[in-house]
Parts: sequence; structure tokens; C-alpha cells
Amino acid sequence: MASQSTDRYLALVNSPIGANVAAKVGLPRPAVLRRYRPDGPLLGGPLEVATIGAGLVGLTDLLAGLDVELAAPDSTARLGALLLDASDLAGPDQLAELRAKLAGSLRRLGPSARVLLIGRTPDGQSAWVDAGRQALDGIVRSLAKELRSGATANLIQLDAADTPLTNLAAPVRFLLSGRSAYVDGQVLRVGGGVAPAPGDWAAPLAGKTALVTGAARGIGAAIAEVLARDGASVVVADLPAAGQALAKVANRIGASTLQLDIAAPQAADTVAEYLTQRHGGVDIVIHNAGITRDKLLANMKPEVWDSVLAVNLLSQLRINEKLLDSATLREGGRVVCLASTSGIAGNRGQTNYAASKAGVIGMVRALAPAFAARQATINAVAPGFIDTEMTRAIPFVTREVARRLSSLQQAGLPVDVAETIAFLSQSAAGGVSGQVLRVCGQNLVGA
Amino acid sequence: MPARQAAILGGNRIPFARSNGRYAHASNQDMLTAALDGLAARFGLQDVRLGEVAAGAVLKHSRDFNLTRESVLGSVLNARTPAYDVGQACGTGLEATVLVANKIALGQTESAVAGGADTTSDAPIAVNEGLREVLLAANRARSVPSRLKALTGLRPNQLLPSIPQNSEPRTGLSMGEHQAITTHEWGITRAEQDELTAASHHNLAAAYERGFFDDLVTPFLGLTRDQNLRPDSSVEKLAKLAPAFGKRLADPTMTAGNSTPLTDGASTVLLSSDEWAAERGLPVLAHLVDAETAAVDYVHGDRKDDGLLMAPAYALPRLLERNKLSLQDFDFYEIHEAFAGTVLATLKAWQDPVFCRDRLGLDHPLGEIDHSRLNVAGSSLAAGHPFAATGARIVATLAKLLHERGSGRGLISICAAGGQGVVAILEA
Repeated sequence: MASQSTDRYLALVNSPIGANVAAKVGLPRPAVLRRYRPDGPLLGGPLEVATIGAGLVGLTDLLAGLDVELAAPDSTARLGALLLDASDLAGPDQLAELRAKLAGSLRRLGPSARVLLIGRTPDGQSAWVDAGRQALDGIVRSLAKELRSGATANLIQLDAADTPLTNLAAPVRFLLSGRSAYVDGQVLRVGGGVAPAPGDWAAPLAGKTALVTGAARGIGAAIAEVLARDGASVVVADLPAAGQALAKVANRIGASTLQLDIAAPQAADTVAEYLTQRHGGVDIVIHNAGITRDKLLANMKPEVWDSVLAVNLLSQLRINEKLLDSATLREGGRVVCLASTSGIAGNRGQTNYAASKAGVIGMVRALAPAFAARQATINAVAPGFIDTEMTRAIPFVTREVARRLSSLQQAGLPVDVAETIAFLSQSAAGGVSGQVLRVCGQNLVGA
Repeated sequence: MPARQAAILGGNRIPFARSNGRYAHASNQDMLTAALDGLAARFGLQDVRLGEVAAGAVLKHSRDFNLTRESVLGSVLNARTPAYDVGQACGTGLEATVLVANKIALGQTESAVAGGADTTSDAPIAVNEGLREVLLAANRARSVPSRLKALTGLRPNQLLPSIPQNSEPRTGLSMGEHQAITTHEWGITRAEQDELTAASHHNLAAAYERGFFDDLVTPFLGLTRDQNLRPDSSVEKLAKLAPAFGKRLADPTMTAGNSTPLTDGASTVLLSSDEWAAERGLPVLAHLVDAETAAVDYVHGDRKDDGLLMAPAYALPRLLERNKLSLQDFDFYEIHEAFAGTVLATLKAWQDPVFCRDRLGLDHPLGEIDHSRLNVAGSSLAAGHPFAATGARIVATLAKLLHERGSGRGLISICAAGGQGVVAILEA
């Protein structure tokens, strides 16, 4: 897989001598993260389940379907995950009970363990109820910063009482599995929407056709690879000038190449025509193509501004519009758009880039209802600091500092972004739409 | 007419490089493999067993004896895809296309790739003929003394290698010198040649700009467009070049500008039955309708009418007659620009009442063509001409032009060394 880490520090502090020294001197000790393998177990250890109140009806059945070992009541074994069902939380007074249940198990978490809270989306009906629900947000974000050894904490918010419980299956699997290795301190809302389970959870994209733009290298190549691994027929697109690298990616994973400039005005038509002719339509579209042209706003030339907006935002707008206007995107389609933490937190020298990436977030939220009308979803994924050719060009000291500035104290790998996108591409992820999911190891900068 | 026609589904080539340019260290096999891999990537043919692959190279090393099969084995195509080498000088690529198209039309195979590669940089250099004879004699000797005796035949001058010549073995004249005679005999002017050359550069550049080659070319070794292409070429600039061929003639007109440079590259084209294409959801760009090959006796024949590169002029009327078509019944003309003079002399011959009557046996000349339909996406003067790679470049280009137009008919004409020529009709 084209996503080997080049993080020498991480390797050092995970060697016997390095670990000893780092512990004594008090240096950050990033862990080697547990990552997904289709043939591997979902978790690194048993799952402990705790509930506030009655809890979700049917959750036990859902968890039984995960094929994971449940922790025995008095066991002292290292936990693979702790799942806390707080969906019945009625107000802040119940948070003390929640604290006690969490505290009792935290010390038993194994390496790369998962803490997963399930709550409900605040709905403005009751100040007491919403205060409790929103409090979970703060707990998860803070707890994620306290966890060590690659463990993560995330929150699922169930939208409405009538959201089918089956819509939880894919998000729960994702957040427990190694697919979410670099997703930390995040809130994922799950709502209604059609979310059929796959025939085989090891090949959840079987029979689907996927388009990945900007797929010649880096994150795009990793996305194509993971989608193909999960069973999709993949079309990889990139600039004609990147054709040689693109062909290599395609030939490695059994994909087809589509060379085109995604920013060209006719690109949306070309893409739609290609997908219709060759595949009779498309199920999954990943808008990954993006460029950076950093300059302080005062020094930025108009063409530099324009080119970043054209590639990163306008191309996505045009193609999405075409997908909706034509029958190209099949019913139950999935669109995932690459945003960036720069678009959320801002970054010096990146007004153009942040404009484009924040724009993507606005677009995704606005389009979700139109997509829902054809049982399709559209989401954004915002990568944080990911080890790619692009970040390898950053000066050594800056890069080393940036790598440690997250709760997981390391940069993510392209495959981490890819796994999150592959999750959102599943039909079973139909309950998730119009959202922005960060893959940033809970970056300490920004929201 | 056969029961079915072979469909052309698309093509792939690497950008053509000038000799000793970007591909100086790439072999024919490297380039052909890259072109096949790019084709496989474009059409999702990884590990697909095709009916066959037919390709060739004009300048071949002895190690390239099974060039096409070795390239297939090095590619992502299924290793059980058979392959063979084809050779008809610059006609190789088109002849290979015709061969596999015929097999498809006959139902002998369902899918095939035709192509070619040529390098003038990584050219074969053989040992001196004298040295070769001495070494072979020593090899035949049965005893040590007789072997040593044979080796006494070694001479210092035998160390000079034998470098391949770009010349006709029977005349000793280079192709450029041959064409210079033809150009002169047919009275083709310098201005006409330079105009055609500038148009070729402008058309190729415009085609790249509009993304025409986005699904026909895959970059290789850092080259993303044909290295020979000069978008800013002009008749004025070309007029400044000194003559390169026919310098002993009264009025030499052929320059390095209006002649193709030595080039490295490889190209492929994918053909199949309509059914094979439909099963894979691959749109058919065009069909290969018919083809004809001809040769001239340039050694003993007339200086004007039997010029080395005039054979397509003879092939075409036979092809038109068989298909009940006139020269004007085409929407596109792809006439290989070995030299601007070749194209212009061929077109002039088809307009010439005497040539058409005496040499082609026609009552009327074939007539003029609409020049706005000629080489509309550029041709060899701009792209370059890696000998065996030109045919598949032109076939894929014309098939796409016809597909873009929605329907229509196109003519291909390619001249080749040895006084040969191949012409073909494509329809969409």
C-alpha cells in the first residue's frame, strides 16, 4: 500500500531503548496505530458495553452482528473498546453515572482501543435534555485528548427517535475498527435515510462503480486502492500530465484511467458521458483533486486565487450539479468531497485554499437534501496533517512539530483518509449525509 | 465484403521524443510495454487475455526477435495473450492494424491490439561485417590450432561497428534524398511545403489544447507532449531554414523543418468485434472498412512517377474502385507526413490527368481534396515519426475524429521504405 509512514521519531519511540528514554525524559510517545485489514478482527480485544437508562432497543443484536467478543462482567482483560449507550440521557444529572462508568473502564483500555459514546442529537425541545446531550460532545473531545497508546474517543449522535437502528451498524463498525485509526474526538451524526447492509462486510463496495479524482498519487491513490480493495470497480482520474503515475495506480488495482483537467469548463460533461457510456452510471464519486498555491492574501495574484478555487471548489460544484441533473449518479449513490482542516481552522498563507475547502463544506450541507431525494448521500472529509509528498516538502523542524500537534501525536497516513471515505461510500452509511468528518488525529489547532 | 467489420475502440501512445532526447535510454521494448500498459489502464484490461497483439519495429536489435511477445509479457495484459512481430517499414503499424482487423472480421479472433515502436536513439549497432566473418569462422573451427588460425584474420579496422543506415539498400540514397527527387520532379514549391508544415504544428497544438489527446496519449519518462511540437511554428520561421536534402538539385526545397525528424516512441490501438466491445461497455469509435497495399519499382522506374514514397498514390484508386467511392467522399484525410513533399506530391499525382491516365489507368483524374479536412489534428511533421509507431497513432486519431463528428468516413495513407504504401478506410 502506498501509505508507509516516514515518521522516524514514531519508529524510534516504539523501539525498546527509544521508549525507555522518551518515558524518562517526558517526550511525546506516539503509538503505532491499529489499522484495518479485511481478514483481521474488528477489535484488538473484547468490547465492553455500558448503558445509561434503558438504552437502545436492538443494540445487543446489532453488536452481536459485529462478531466481536464481549467483555465478561468481572474480567480484568485489556479492552478493545468501550461502548457507552447514552441515548436515553435525560439531563446533566445523569452525567455523574456516565462519568463513573467511563472511569471504571478507562484504565483497562488496550492499545488503539476505542471509546465510543452513543447519544442523541440535541433537538431544541428541552433545555435539560439538550444540555445533557451536548455535554457528551465536551466529554468526548476532552477524553480523546487524555487517551494514550493510540486509543480514540468519538461520539455518534442519533438524529431522531425514529432513526432505524440498522443505520448505526456501519458507523459503529467504522468507529470501532482500524479504519478509524486517525479519527479522534469527532462527532458523527446518524439520521434516517436508506442504509442497506452489504452482502459481505469484508467487501462492502462489491458491484459498485467509483470515480476518484486526483488519483495519480498521495491520498487519491490510497482512496482508489482502498475502494478497489473493498470491492468497487474504480475509475481513476487525474490531469493528462500525471498520466504515467495514474496508469500505474490503475494497473496495480485493476482500475481504468480517465485523463482530464477537472477544472476545464466541459469536464463535468466529459465525466458524466464517460461514466454513462462505460459503466451505465456511477455509484460513488470521490472529489479528491486539489491543489495548493500558498501566498499571503496581500501578495496573491488573481490567477493563483482563481486556479485554486477552480480545481478545489468549482469543479466539484459543476460535477455535483451534473450528477443531480443527469441520471449519471445511480439511486443510493455516495459522494464524498475532500475538504481540509484548513477550511475549518484557517491557515496563514492559505486564504485561497481555505476559501475553497470551507466552500466545499457549505456545498455539501446545501446539497444533502437534494441527494436524499434519490436516496443518495454527500459528505465531506477534512484531513488534518497527513504524510504525503506534499507534506514531505515541509521543512524538517516545522514538519516534526506539526506531526506532534494532535492527540495521537503523529501525522495520519493517506490510507486513514481513504478508509474514512470508503466508509462513507458504503450503502450501509446511508444514515450519514451533509456532514464533515475530520481525519486529523484530533488536531490541536482549530475547532 | 466480410460479414463483419473490426471495431476500433481507442488507442494509446507515449508522447514522441526527438532522437537522443527524453527516451535516449529507453528500448523498443520499454516503449512498447509502456504504450501497452497505458492502453490496458485506459480500458481496464489488466489480466485480460486478448486474442492477439501484433506490432513491430523498423530498427530492431537481434535481442528484439520476439519484441511484441516480450512486451506483452512485461505488461499487465494476461500472459496468455499471444503476440507476433510485423514488419513493413513505416507501414508496420497500419499493416498490423489491417492484419488483426481482418482476423476479427473473419471471426478468427474477438479482440486485438496493433501497434509499433521505434527508437533511433537506442539503435542497434552490429559488429563490422569482416569481424563477424572471422568470429564465425573461429566458431566453426574444430581444433585449437585451426581456431587460432582463423583468428589471425582479425584486423584493426574490423573494430569499427556497423551502424544502421537510414538509406535504401538498393540505391544507397537516404529517404530524404529520394523524396527530394520526387518533390523536385513533381514541382512542389518550398512555400507549399512550409505551409503544410506550419499547419501540422498548429493543428497538433490546437488538438492538445482542446484535450483531444487526453485519452490517446499517456506521458512517459517525464514527457507529456510530443517533443517535436512547435506551437509557434510559422511559414516565416520555416522559410529561414537551410535545405537539408537534394542540395545538388537546381532548387532544393526540403529542410529539417518540412521533413520529419528522427524520433523515438511507441503507439497502440485496440480493436475488437462489436460484441466484445459491448460486453465491456466500451464505445466503438469507428470501423475499419477496407485497406490496400501497393509498391513501386523505385529502383528501375521513372524518377517522377515511381518515387520511393509514391506507392500510396497507386494503392488508393484500387481501394476506391473496390468500395465504389471517389476521392472526395471522405470527411477526413490522414496522409502521413514523412515529408511535406510526400503529401503534396501524392495529392498532385491524384490531380494529374496524365499520371492518372497512364499510371493509374483512370479516365479522369481522382481530383482535389478539401485541404481543411487534411491532417486536422496534426501529423508526423509536428508529432514526429517513430517509424513503426506512426500507423497506430494515425488509426487511433482518425477513429476518434470520426467518433467526435458522430458519423463519417476517413482515409489513411502511409508511405513506407522499399517503395511501399498502405491505405485504409475508416467509417463511423
